[in-house]
Amino acid sequence: MKMLWFHLMPYTELPDDFKEKHPSVWVDIHSSLFDPKRAHHMYNDFLDELEYAAECGYDAICCNEHHSNGYGLMPSPNLIATALARRTTDTAICVMGNSLALYNPPTRVAEEFAMIDCISGGRLIAGFPVGTPMDTTYAYGQNPSMLRERYNEAHDLVMRAWQEKDTFAFNGRFNQQRYVNIWPRPIQEPHPPIWIPGAGSVETWRWAAERDYVFCYLSYYGYKMAQTVMKGFWAEMDRLGKDRNPYRAGFAQVVGVAESRQQAMDLYTEPAEYFYGRCLHVDPRFASPPGYTTEATQRVGLESQVKMAAEASKAGPSAQQPSAMKMQSLARDMKGIVDNGYVIVGSPDDVTDQLMELAKTLNVGQLMLLMQFGSMSKDVTKYNPRLFAEKVMPRLKPLFSEWENKWWPKPLRVAERAALPAFAGSSPAAAE
Amino acid sequence: MSEPTTTTVDVNGHPCRVWTKGSGPKIAFLAGFGGLPRWIPFLDRLAESRTVIVPSLPGFPGATGHNILDTHLDWLVAVRTLLTKAGLDGADLAGSSVGGSFVAEIAALWPQSVRRIAMIAPFGLFDENDPATDVWAQRADDVPALLCAKPEAYKELKAIPAGANSVEWPIEQTRAAEAAARIFWPLGNSKLERRLPLITAPTLLIWGEADRVMPHSYADKIATAIPGGAKITTIADAGHLAELDQPDAVAKAVLAHVS
Repeated sequence: MKMLWFHLMPYTELPDDFKEKHPSVWVDIHSSLFDPKRAHHMYNDFLDELEYAAECGYDAICCNEHHSNGYGLMPSPNLIATALARRTTDTAICVMGNSLALYNPPTRVAEEFAMIDCISGGRLIAGFPVGTPMDTTYAYGQNPSMLRERYNEAHDLVMRAWQEKDTFAFNGRFNQQRYVNIWPRPIQEPHPPIWIPGAGSVETWRWAAERDYVFCYLSYYGYKMAQTVMKGFWAEMDRLGKDRNPYRAGFAQVVGVAESRQQAMDLYTEPAEYFYGRCLHVDPRFASPPGYTTEATQRVGLESQVKMAAEASKAGPSAQQPSAMKMQSLARDMKGIVDNGYVIVGSPDDVTDQLMELAKTLNVGQLMLLMQFGSMSKDVTKYNPRLFAEKVMPRLKPLFSEWENKWWPKPLRVAERAALPAFAGSSPAAAE
Repeated sequence: MSEPTTTTVDVNGHPCRVWTKGSGPKIAFLAGFGGLPRWIPFLDRLAESRTVIVPSLPGFPGATGHNILDTHLDWLVAVRTLLTKAGLDGADLAGSSVGGSFVAEIAALWPQSVRRIAMIAPFGLFDENDPATDVWAQRADDVPALLCAKPEAYKELKAIPAGANSVEWPIEQTRAAEAAARIFWPLGNSKLERRLPLITAPTLLIWGEADRVMPHSYADKIATAIPGGAKITTIADAGHLAELDQPDAVAKAVLAHVS
């Protein structure tokens, strides 16, 4: 099993009364809450933490893209990935990812990802999300009725740009470029592995499977809530005649490990309540711009709602609910957070057992671990992954060894790689 | 309230519903934000003295084909085709909100194709100093009171009829909001102001006094940009979709203008 260390880069100092005084963490969060001098320290802490995770032996370090967002300070994940490429050597760098329709022209993504692949010596995993409604349609003003069509076309353009040997003209519906010829070009042939983050949309599963890409279910709600979605995913793979190679699938899980369950509760209650209480406080008016959710997916959601109403079954976040809508019905206190299984907390044994169950029930080989969450301090953010790497990782690593991970970067051999000089700028006075 | 007759015309290979009712000279009505999932009393008022013809714009209830229209030019040609195929060449043209914007566009670009025009709070402009409301960033519960002074009027329009498909009906309503977004996202600004100087038809502008979507100041902007000016009528106790709030008063104003 692959274990990837994922940082969302949350602003860690949202006020205690944030949820009461502010309508949304996303889109129209007020600028007065952002202190650039504090963010200087946050960014540098976050980069330290990602580099530390690489030292601890995680298979990859991950970053992602959000806009106008108080829990995701990475409008440009490519900047972060580039900084990481210079301070790590063997760890894969997973950019999860670039929202293709937001780049004009989309060849910008082909170029920047190729740069990261070159700088890192072929360690890039290229994520292509559609992007959330909050990021794409509200913060970036993209038309929700055209977003997916633009995404699909941008994908085709990027893939051609990476693979065609000669300059070509791209005559698309939304993008027209007379001379497509990207320099630099990626190290990995024919292109870096492509991972697609998504939710419970059959169309996305099919689209990813047809192209032999990894599908990643990036949920904040834990593996118990994810059972229906991943069962649906694998059933669809069966229908398409694809094997059940667990490396076809990724899943994000929030994890906090400590020596004992009680110690874990003591350490992780505050950051978890900060994450679910403040970071996921999103105004529902930004939940579902019309056209963002396809009619086929709306149909599945409505049919299951009708069915659920008929069965009067228990309510809870469902796969087809728009993400910001889902965020309204969250548990925000630690008891609810743990009881609902959003966060796996406990001793190394507890955590190992639950992650074994996750791996087996979801059949997921690419496990993305959210081990910094909310307001977690730098000390705890180092303690958590270190203990995990020592006590949990070795027991999970052998899982799925019978399968080939065809979706992992193929970097240059060590002998072919540039030597990174030791970092010299240790004194703050050096810059003055 | 008797039902209109329903026919279908083809626009770009997609069916668009056309309702017809009444007798006398033709008047077209292009629906506002959300479209017309059912017949409304306002249309009956018009049908008392006119042949009312109501073509559905692509993607609005009763019509599909919005998602092949990528540019504003695509939309204008589609609406022109729809009006021609519905037999409305040379007719009086009225429209509300989203539909009102197309009334202005058609009158500007094909001046010979319209007789007199009436618009209720049309989309198409955006003024940073007096911004229109974002109709696409609303909690679902807030929408009726945003669009109408009498929220029940909008709720009745959108309520699922007995026996209707409980999955397809809500999808059709979302599609209507998507079609409007496809044309006007994110600000409602189609740069209509640039084409208003081409309008030659006698023009009536109707604004709900309690319109919470389109600022009343836009009425003056539009009237000023049209060389022959426009008559502005304000309707009391009416919101953005004034024809839902005050069917009698709005119909009376429209009929007085086209008579």
